[in-house]
Amino acid sequence: MGIIHPSTKDFDQLLQANEVVLVDFWATWCGPCLMLAPIIEEISKKYEGKAVVAKVDVDVERALAEHYQIMSIPTVLVFKKGKLAGREIGAAAASVYEAMIEKAL
Amino acid sequence: MESTMTDIAIIGGGPAGLSAAINVIARGKSTRVFSTKNNYLERAARVDNYLGMEAVNGAAMMESFRQHAKSLGAKLETGKIITILPVSNYFMLNFNGTIVQAKTVILAIGAAKQKALPGEKQFLGQGVSYCATCDGMMYRGKKAIVYGLADEAVLEANHLQQIGVNVTFVSAKQRPADLAGAVQFISGAITAIEGETIVQAVKVNETSIETDVVFILRNVIVPTALCKGLNLQDGFLAVNRDMETNIPGIFACGDCNGKPLQIAKAVGEGLIAAQQASKYIDDQKK
Repeated sequence: MGIIHPSTKDFDQLLQANEVVLVDFWATWCGPCLMLAPIIEEISKKYEGKAVVAKVDVDVERALAEHYQIMSIPTVLVFKKGKLAGREIGAAAASVYEAMIEKAL
Repeated sequence: MESTMTDIAIIGGGPAGLSAAINVIARGKSTRVFSTKNNYLERAARVDNYLGMEAVNGAAMMESFRQHAKSLGAKLETGKIITILPVSNYFMLNFNGTIVQAKTVILAIGAAKQKALPGEKQFLGQGVSYCATCDGMMYRGKKAIVYGLADEAVLEANHLQQIGVNVTFVSAKQRPADLAGAVQFISGAITAIEGETIVQAVKVNETSIETDVVFILRNVIVPTALCKGLNLQDGFLAVNRDMETNIPGIFACGDCNGKPLQIAKAVGEGLIAAQQASKYIDDQKK
């Protein structure tokens, strides 16, 4: 499936339809977000079939970013059964995100 | 996101960082040295306990260190490293918004002499930020306080105003001459950061001022904000005798490792960090 790019409109549907979802909030002008991109891509491959990995551009989906109080990017959220299960602010090593997913699985 | 890979990125251009640089070069490794303009030794009137240099002025001593490093081909670059991110077998560094890649990192960032403000850790990423150029765009049309504890803070405040943020600059000093006219100015010190789940106000001179974000701009970034997961001991970086931190491939030397905050100790640790970082690269090839 690879990384998906949900809009504000279909975000809830995405959370409802999947057990574990990791969402990377980012923007094109954000240096640390670009640093994080290859790590998020690796994670989406590693957890293919187990967890859904999504990216949200905060400039495009401003309402979504505001709803989840994204005030610094990158911010990565992990949802379990539609509920927020983890929040990591700032770019971190892959192991940090893997631990968040493992905990939710 | 193209960038070439450097063997060893050195963060900090003081005695520890420059000592590391000349020793990295001596081992045939490539290096880039990133540093801000601020340097404690630069401002020392007189140094009396460095062997072979009697009663030397701090600025003269720094100049001699820099000349030595440059003469061996060290590249000294001015600016701030904001984030270090470990990726499988190398590191990505955010240098003023551009991305630098390195096989290993030597931290020689000096000692952060300021204490964290009440609320600073609690609200980090929730309205507390250390980087205006990184997070500024999130606050277009909103209110921001810039707490100017470093010289570069004025540039960051002007940048925020330019992209459409409503900026108030707080500093204990007088209004900086180069601060953009549209930026408001308050003379004073921030004593607390207030809010419930996100920042709502800062306390300046016992008065609460409403804001959506506070940018705290210090000369030295706390190491744990620079790279997540670094272990500290008594507020300084925890290292072993080989100057290794708890993150493989990241070494540290000088004042950031703790007392004594002395030039001779910084230079010695710089040497060890350089040798161990070089060895780390050689071992990876095996």
